[in-house]
Amino acid sequence: MPDDLNWAIGGEAGDGINSTGKIFAQALSRAGRHVFTSKDFASRIRGGYTAYKVRSSTERVESVVDRLDILIALTQRTVEENMDELHEGSVIIYDGERTMMEDFEAPEGMIGLPVPLKRLAEDAGGALMQNIVALGAACEVANFPIENLDEALEKRFGDKGESIVANNRQAARLGEEHVVEELDHDGFDYDIETTDNDYVLLNGDEAIGMGAIAAGCRFYSGYPITPATDVMEYLKGRLERYGGHVMQAEDELAAINMALGAARAGARSMTATSGPGIDLMAETFGLVATSETPLVICDVMRSGPSTGMPTKQEQGDLDMLLYGGHGEIPRFVVAPTTVSECFHKTIEAFNLAEKYQTPVYLVGDLALAVTEQTFEPEEFDMDSVEIDRGKLVDENEIDSWLNDSDQFQPHFPAADGISPRTLPGTSGGAHMTTGLEHDELGRRTEEQEVRIEQVDKRNQKVETAQEEENWDYREFGDSDADTLVLSWGSNEGAMREAIGFLDEADIDVRFLSVPYMFPRPDLTEEIEAADEVIVVECNATGQFADVVEGDTLTRVKRINKYNGVRFKADELAERITEKLDATQEVPT
Amino acid sequence: MSSDVRFTDFKSDKQPTWCPGCGDFGTMNGMMKALANTGNDPDNTFVVAGIGCSGKIGTYMHSYALHGVHGRALPVGIGVKSANPDLEVMVSGGDGDGYSIGAGHFVHAVRRNMDMTYVVMDNRIYGLTKGQFSPTSREDFETATSPEGPKQAPVNPLALALAADGSFIAQSFSSDAQRHTEIVQEAVEHDGFGFVNVYSPCVTFNDVDTYDYFRDAIVDLDETDHDSSDRDAAEAKIMDDDTEYQGVIYRDEESVPYNERHGLDENMAEIPDGAPEDATDLVREFY
Repeated sequence: MPDDLNWAIGGEAGDGINSTGKIFAQALSRAGRHVFTSKDFASRIRGGYTAYKVRSSTERVESVVDRLDILIALTQRTVEENMDELHEGSVIIYDGERTMMEDFEAPEGMIGLPVPLKRLAEDAGGALMQNIVALGAACEVANFPIENLDEALEKRFGDKGESIVANNRQAARLGEEHVVEELDHDGFDYDIETTDNDYVLLNGDEAIGMGAIAAGCRFYSGYPITPATDVMEYLKGRLERYGGHVMQAEDELAAINMALGAARAGARSMTATSGPGIDLMAETFGLVATSETPLVICDVMRSGPSTGMPTKQEQGDLDMLLYGGHGEIPRFVVAPTTVSECFHKTIEAFNLAEKYQTPVYLVGDLALAVTEQTFEPEEFDMDSVEIDRGKLVDENEIDSWLNDSDQFQPHFPAADGISPRTLPGTSGGAHMTTGLEHDELGRRTEEQEVRIEQVDKRNQKVETAQEEENWDYREFGDSDADTLVLSWGSNEGAMREAIGFLDEADIDVRFLSVPYMFPRPDLTEEIEAADEVIVVECNATGQFADVVEGDTLTRVKRINKYNGVRFKADELAERITEKLDATQEVPT
Repeated sequence: MSSDVRFTDFKSDKQPTWCPGCGDFGTMNGMMKALANTGNDPDNTFVVAGIGCSGKIGTYMHSYALHGVHGRALPVGIGVKSANPDLEVMVSGGDGDGYSIGAGHFVHAVRRNMDMTYVVMDNRIYGLTKGQFSPTSREDFETATSPEGPKQAPVNPLALALAADGSFIAQSFSSDAQRHTEIVQEAVEHDGFGFVNVYSPCVTFNDVDTYDYFRDAIVDLDETDHDSSDRDAAEAKIMDDDTEYQGVIYRDEESVPYNERHGLDENMAEIPDGAPEDATDLVREFY
């Protein structure tokens, strides 16, 4: 058996699936194993199929695969939902004494492991702990020392009292003992290796929140929406610890306007939402840009349009982020590609916003947002965080930015496009700002020359940034390969693993993962050097592929997925292989 | 803040483009006087306005100011005050801005009770779009978009504010310069959300709610035995559709503003050069 273990727990929403999965993931992480999690959930509070999957290895894991080794099935449907991923030798742990599972028979080749989850949980102190009994049983199946669960149980239940923690530990042990004593061990020979490594386990939304605090964010306003809410929930309580404030607004319109107000007052400020919220914020987005206010607006994408599939993966907002809003709006669009990049790119987004006095879209997607992954803690190095507040003018420097009548010029048309900026309270800096076209003093104008000057000035910021910043891609695979694969967002992990699968089939690829959507790297040379170019993304029409074609004037091939589920590494390798085969069949 | 600030220091050198005789001149003058009288100066004042005739106010005043999008001025003000509680925040809008497109924000701003002032220039008409009915227009008010009257009840903004547990609810008339200034000044001094609905006549498009009409109709609460700390008495005045009142209608002396409840007392503009000192704790939480 490989060291790579794929485990899942599935049942109905409300069954405690998420917390059980998280406990197991944390236990594995504490035991020095790498973890990658994924969630299937429905948009409802109780009922409806839901699952939490954990992939774990001593090597770093970057994606999900089509394989399940151990499945805790609280309902029959859990088995049906995962049938494609179960294989010969897969172990299915279920409660043979529960009515919904009593007639369950494991499919041929698989090992059904009936454990009286509810009864043993009651023995340990309460039926609610049935999932923990199952966890204990799973530890025994995987030959993963059960002591590893203890710390995670303490973390989860510690604030409910020591007796609750003790009961849960007992529940886990009853599950373990049942497997040892009652059941035939033949058939599973897992041996989950542990190491001394200390990893941290977190998801993309949490990494964005942590990055925001590291970057000096002080004000956050948002309105709850899946899958961006975790950013707000992470920040609430923590941001306050660092002198900031989280405000739950009455709607997304208020959220972005509050954030704009706080940013004008000088706070590093952010709002986060998902696609429908971005639509609502579009009008104020233009005001943010025209008033030259630094603001980070995070879009954690989900399936659209309209309310679409709120709990499912998609990367369908790119066009909106690049082009959304009336008029022409200079902006930055930064799209992290991994959980740890969510941290670093958030810090970068705050610096870009203040340095260039522009709105910055920080783009995540559902798969990135809710996926927990292990990292070396050094990947979140707080000492390396640098803060650049841009052209912030204080009372001592203000004289050089006054006009002949001693008025401050907040929109002075500097050659690099970046104006001086004073914060309210600065003596002599009082000024007007508006979404109307304005002159260098911020006052409304319709004068043709001033209009052109101010439009050019704002657009110049993007050109300046293009020259001054590094808008590079991340490269993987074989840099000399004839096949070039491009992707953005959360596909990086799956694609990196797919390179390994392709390698086994003697297919070499060069893979570029692009974290900047605007400005973005010019890929013309890379594309010209390749025989085949494939763009991988989770949407139906290939929005990034369109962008690449427009930039490079070269047709690319597209691999799209829009069923609401992220790419899996093995699936991606297969689809790339098919694409290449299909290419070769085309008569020349 | 300096003690020798005059209200004219809050004037910009731009000449207003409001129609001659517009009520907004008086409304704005009162705002500037109230700010100066309460010891503020342009550099510690932030004025936010929405869209419409009222929205132009930031251009004609001299202070830190933001002219936002339609109906969203209040959330901007809330953000400003949260980030820097040392600033005097004054938000101004019109009846369309505040009670139509921005009605949701209005109710939430009232119940949030941030320590700021909201002055609404209520002329019961849409002026800048040239004469359509507004949310405060009378049921039978004939306009381009209501040739036979809107045939719907006007919004009672004071009632909305009271229902949302407003801590300072007042009404004034822009041409009564002295009373208007006093009332706005009290709103500024109030610890919490100071709301003033100002009758600010539109001389071009509204020939019903005119200076003459208000002059005759208005009853000044200072000339009655009204007790502004009595919520029931305030409700009776607010629900009285037959009289136009001027004065402070309700004031909660015990009001504790949002910023105080949430401990917002620091200027958030000041941040360190790098990550916060103990930021590594944030990473440690994920072990």
